[in-house]
Amino acid sequence: MTTNFYFLLVIGALVGVVSGLLGSLMILKRMSLVGDALSHVALPGIAVALMVGINPMFGAFVALLVAVLGIWYLEKTSDIYPEALVGLFFTTSLAIGILITPEPELFEALFGSIEKISTLDGVVIVLSSLVIFTVIRLIWQKLILDVVSPDLARVGGIKMTRVNLLFLLMVGLAVALGVKFLGTLLTGALVIIPAIAARNISQNLSAYRVWSMVFGALSAVVGIVLGFWLTLPVGPLVVLVGVGLFLLTLLYRKL
Amino acid sequence: MAEKTILTVSDLIFEAQGKSILDKISFTLSDDETLAVIGPNGAGKTVLVKCLLGLLPYKGSVIWNKNVKVGYVPQKLYVEKNMPLTVAEFLAFKEKKLAKVEETLVKVGFGGRKNLLKDKLGVLSGGELQRVLIAYALLGEPNVLIFDEPTSGVDVVGEGTIYSLLHKLRAEKHLAIIFISHELHVVNQYADTVFCLNKEKVCYGVPHHAINEDVLTKLYGEKVSYYEHKHHDY
Repeated sequence: MTTNFYFLLVIGALVGVVSGLLGSLMILKRMSLVGDALSHVALPGIAVALMVGINPMFGAFVALLVAVLGIWYLEKTSDIYPEALVGLFFTTSLAIGILITPEPELFEALFGSIEKISTLDGVVIVLSSLVIFTVIRLIWQKLILDVVSPDLARVGGIKMTRVNLLFLLMVGLAVALGVKFLGTLLTGALVIIPAIAARNISQNLSAYRVWSMVFGALSAVVGIVLGFWLTLPVGPLVVLVGVGLFLLTLLYRKL
Repeated sequence: MAEKTILTVSDLIFEAQGKSILDKISFTLSDDETLAVIGPNGAGKTVLVKCLLGLLPYKGSVIWNKNVKVGYVPQKLYVEKNMPLTVAEFLAFKEKKLAKVEETLVKVGFGGRKNLLKDKLGVLSGGELQRVLIAYALLGEPNVLIFDEPTSGVDVVGEGTIYSLLHKLRAEKHLAIIFISHELHVVNQYADTVFCLNKEKVCYGVPHHAINEDVLTKLYGEKVSYYEHKHHDY
């Protein structure tokens, strides 16, 4: 095992923790579909980045930024969340992404390529994770209160439009970080699965938050180890480990 | 203590999509008054409350006195049964000191209830949830409580206790209360003044004088007897 392997484990765990944390909020906000679909938007961004020769993670983030601002605008201006519209918009961007992504890179853009994560990527991931932790710490309580009662949040003087924008930006950032690991098709899974697994076994909010992050990290770490051991692609294994954890928690709940 | 006006509403108008929801509503509230707002479904009661709280844009004026702190008790919470949020965590959004939280829970009638703080919000009964919401409002040390009655989910016995609780709180804490209700007997028993709303003012005054057959017909249509509700008293 090389230093590179341990480096990937640490970075993978970090991406898992961050995804789990944001996923826990997305589940409570009933945005799980958006979380999944959002990752598809990264594809055209990656394609354009590859074409002009810049870091694909950056391309993914720019594309996600545009999508996030779109979602935020829809959420702000419409009472009923236009999920159908979001689905349409995201599948469109996936279709366009598939057409414009250069053929050799298409597979890795869709399913991730962990072996291509550079030291620079690692630094970007660590710094972005710190930003995400800090911002979520500040807005966590406000987001939960808004889920439980939007009116109580507003009477309490919370500017939810601003809080939601910050939250969505952090989701965009987390998805951009995950894309290189898992690819645009599977990143959504790392956001959603750890959180629904955590929900199965949590009796309170702090346990739920901790378990979401733990399951995120576990999925990533075990998936990476299995991938290297079995010489199989890491992305699908991370997702399957997550699904396995989910099934275990389901079993635990039934017992 | 001398009564003091703490809220003055004049010519409040709210329209949505060209339809008038509230038309020229005016009333006042003094610092230890309990005002009931009644009216049929769709009369604009919740809209009125949201205008008072500044949650909706309106025409006309809603003037609260300085130093007034409003505690709002919403109609319901959006919690699924297995949402991992406990009573303690929810109340901590408003007040971090556990001692104060516990003291307030006793005030709203949870004295004998063990482990309530560890219970998930989603497993509470309608009446219990209402009392937790009242506790949440009280933790902000309000001098006005605005209470939006749930349309469902609280049985009549539970409802009776909620209103006697509001009554008790008012006596203890020198509170002004605005509550929305569907139940005439509650209004008669607990309110000093009643505002009958059906998009516009139908009646306003002391319940015994303000509410009569004519008013009820205007509010609810034909043949609603006010005495029918008497047997609900507990």
